[in-house]
Amino acid sequence: MRIALAATCIADTLFPGAPRATVRLLERLGHDVVYPRSQACCGQMHINTGYVDEAVPVVRNHVQTFAPVADGEWDAVVIPSGSCTGSVRHQQAMVCRRAGLDDLAATADAVAAKTYELSELLVDVLGVTDVGAWFPHRVTYHPTCHSLRMLGVGERPLRLLRAVEDIDLVELPEAESCCGFGGTFALKNADTSAAMLADKTANVRGTGAEVLTAGDMSCLMHIGGGLSRERAGVGTLHLAEILASTRSEPTALPRARSGADSVEVAR
Amino acid sequence: MSTFLGIPGIRRRSDGATGGDAPDEPFGPVPHPDEPLRWGDAFPAAAKQTLRDDQLRANLGHATRTIRGKRAAVVGEVPDWEALRDAGSAVKEQVMADLPDLLARLEENVTARGGVVHWARDAAEANRIVTEIARAKQADEVVKVKSMATQEIGLNEHLADEGIAAIETDLAELIVQLADDMPSHILVPAIHRNRSEIRDIFRRRMGDAPEDLSDVPRELAMAARAHLRRKFLSAKVAVSGANFGVADTGTLAVVESEGNGRMCLTMPETLVTVMGIEKLVPTYDDLEVFLQLLPRSSTGERMNPYTSLWTGVTPGDGPQEFHLVLLDNGRTDVLADEVGRSALHCIRCSACLNVCPVYERVGGHAYGSVYPGPIGAILTPQLTASSGGLSGSDDVNSSLPYASTLCGACYDVCPVKIDIPSILVDLRAREVDADRSRSAVDPWRAAMKAASWVMSDGGRFGVAGRAATLGHALGGSDGVVSHAPPPASAWTRSRDLPAPPKQTFRQWMAEHEKDGGER
Amino acid sequence: MSAREEVLQRIRAALGQPGTGTTAAGRVGTAPAAVEVPREYRTAGDDAPGSEAVVEQLVDRLEDYMAHVRQVSPDELPAAIAALVAELPGAETDRSAPTALVAPSGLEAGWLAALTDDVVVHRDTPEAPLTAGDLDALDAVVTAARVACSETGTIVLDGEPDQGRRAVSLVPDVHLCVVRTDQVVQTVPEMVRRLSAHPERPQTWISGPSATSDIELDRVEGVHGPRTLHVLLVSPR
Repeated sequence: MRIALAATCIADTLFPGAPRATVRLLERLGHDVVYPRSQACCGQMHINTGYVDEAVPVVRNHVQTFAPVADGEWDAVVIPSGSCTGSVRHQQAMVCRRAGLDDLAATADAVAAKTYELSELLVDVLGVTDVGAWFPHRVTYHPTCHSLRMLGVGERPLRLLRAVEDIDLVELPEAESCCGFGGTFALKNADTSAAMLADKTANVRGTGAEVLTAGDMSCLMHIGGGLSRERAGVGTLHLAEILASTRSEPTALPRARSGADSVEVAR
Repeated sequence: MSTFLGIPGIRRRSDGATGGDAPDEPFGPVPHPDEPLRWGDAFPAAAKQTLRDDQLRANLGHATRTIRGKRAAVVGEVPDWEALRDAGSAVKEQVMADLPDLLARLEENVTARGGVVHWARDAAEANRIVTEIARAKQADEVVKVKSMATQEIGLNEHLADEGIAAIETDLAELIVQLADDMPSHILVPAIHRNRSEIRDIFRRRMGDAPEDLSDVPRELAMAARAHLRRKFLSAKVAVSGANFGVADTGTLAVVESEGNGRMCLTMPETLVTVMGIEKLVPTYDDLEVFLQLLPRSSTGERMNPYTSLWTGVTPGDGPQEFHLVLLDNGRTDVLADEVGRSALHCIRCSACLNVCPVYERVGGHAYGSVYPGPIGAILTPQLTASSGGLSGSDDVNSSLPYASTLCGACYDVCPVKIDIPSILVDLRAREVDADRSRSAVDPWRAAMKAASWVMSDGGRFGVAGRAATLGHALGGSDGVVSHAPPPASAWTRSRDLPAPPKQTFRQWMAEHEKDGGER
Repeated sequence: MSAREEVLQRIRAALGQPGTGTTAAGRVGTAPAAVEVPREYRTAGDDAPGSEAVVEQLVDRLEDYMAHVRQVSPDELPAAIAALVAELPGAETDRSAPTALVAPSGLEAGWLAALTDDVVVHRDTPEAPLTAGDLDALDAVVTAARVACSETGTIVLDGEPDQGRRAVSLVPDVHLCVVRTDQVVQTVPEMVRRLSAHPERPQTWISGPSATSDIELDRVEGVHGPRTLHVLLVSPR
């Protein structure tokens, strides 16, 4: 399959490990991954903060960048993010229509129909749950809100993780509770966000996991930022980074600030 | 009861215990505001205050966890729950579309059965109507069934100013009233109080509470029973809200648990019901949908203990004089919004509050409205639109649409499928658009404009990404930024920020493609 | 303009109906799309009204909400009522006084035939209704019912002569409610459709004794309504 990758702005710039792993994983599974260089961002941050006018050019760029999927040039678009996929599916056409851009909205709908979050692509489109990964560490999984509720990915990420060889997957208590990120919510309502984060990190620490994983780098940045500040000794990895890990090319444990406050890079 | 004049900030209890030292000092952190839909600080500041109250958070955490579990259990046993939600949502949509006709039919049917229908444009008009009825009956006291509509219009305070005592008879509402507090939850207004706080409030304020009253919930409930019994049997006038009004028959419904509703709706000679114009259902049979959705969503029961339905006046049974006050008070402004109008579908179950991670942490008072939580965040700004509720950052209510992470838990549980996250996003856009007309420099707007320019073009975005990698060294040896300048300082107060990587993904991918991929 | 006219005019403006001015905030809305109400939900249960399964479910649900249930035959009913009356705690009254009941005017006289002589029965009639104070001094009320729903454990009274006006089944602290098994349906829609023949009658839907969850959301049974609910389920055989 020819699969176009929307890397997401935040991962492209701050967390390149997630899209890199997505590329490695999909190529290992025998697919061609295309990275259209005109891509930038899906527009979610602008839309969710109320700057819909400012979102229009961002959305237009995304839709035009990925429009070839609607014409069959690629078979699918994959996004290693639940919330960006959610924005593509539930917001982009609305933004276009609000701006009176009905043609663009129609293209947006057509692109959205072939756009998948990573676990959806793997399980539903490619039909795999065992991707041949090896990751011999204790891991807990946070189902991010938009993956869980906006997309309804359900058990897909867990099915993928359970099939990983030698993984010690432990359940996260109150997993479905929001981590308090919410995009600009973390800045506009920093105190409330921090209170929610504290409960989430306490639950993560309680699992004894070495790694917290999720399908969204933005939520992981938030929870990871909290764990790091607490010197919790728990690192974060995107789901793709665990699924990309093999015996011959293992994904390293992430840096995790711990009580000793020293750099800890385990292999 | 005292009426607090002016818009108060959130007042803290001085002694940190369960009440003030002076008998007149309110127990509550919130004295009565002039505007029940707009009080206190903007949400972020108000939340900052309430977050400091560990007792409040413990009380809320316990209560919302309990009710979430109950709701999930009784919803889980209904095989056609989603079909009921679909029907409930569509019936409400139909009601909004046919509202003028349905209201006329309701009025006609209530009138035909001996009721009197009044219309109120706003809170002041509704309050005036109720006062005049109570006066005409020479009542200096009215008993009340818990009602959001009368909370919203500040009826009790208005009646007090007119020399008429309004006695709340719902247990939680009584707790709030005795403490001179404000409600913090739609269904359980005293959810922020635990049993020992309630015992203290009863001991100090009830007047006839037993000396040795304990904090066992059953004993507290019995104290309320004894306290209110005589009032029920002697009251001349009762005031209620309504959960549903059936247009086709003129039937009204009140859903409750304690029997205080039955008492108020049955014993007095005169009943005044204040009902929002959106509370209609077209036909009696439509109740078969809502009387399944509401109890399971709100108290987590298969059915609430008591539901009363009445149609006008029944000779020889119950009040022989019945008045229905149909209230607008901003509802038509909500109705005018193509996206936001579905907020009027709300049946006040409060399931969205109970699952909201923000509400659970900050409590109801942080929202500065009698409608807190997710539904309050979309309803309050819209209901107050005519007084600036959607006019942008000048109004405290403009902070409410941002009081959410958009996690979507509210939408999942809403029995009438109100897409609260989408409405929140739409209202944010309206607040931002309202602010555009102002000349003042808004740092958010400037940042969003700049980000829009960068993020709408792959070339510019690539350049920005490369520039960001120059910040890699900021992270020091462990790659972490712990102190950032504003506005990122709001982030780094409680979270670390990763330093940018040495290489963006885009740069890596260019090299990777040059190598021809892995294969 | 009257308040009525103005509110209706605002609604029309909000719904984008032409030529109707604006809402209070100066808005004119758009006309909503036509709506078709999907009614895919169950309008009947798997089990027939009055079947053993629905009766069993009703008992289970009533007991779950702390109501007391006895299943009796028509012949056993008077003795069952008498037995319950004999056990009345008389919480609201002086124990030295005789047990006093209220019964609505249309209640079958035979149901009370087994009461002992020291029990006083007051008939509440439209011509001579008891006062609130009278009702408050009584120990219990006996009524029939209109319909019951097993899935929710709900019994509905509709104010007909065998059930009485609402105050009669509200003020006394103990409610003895007689339900025939052929009145028991499984689902809420079946119950509502039985009631919709007379929506104008004042209805009280009762699901267990009065209760509150207002203190820490813990349920406490027994507040202002009857604190004790006895349900006598009569199978007509």
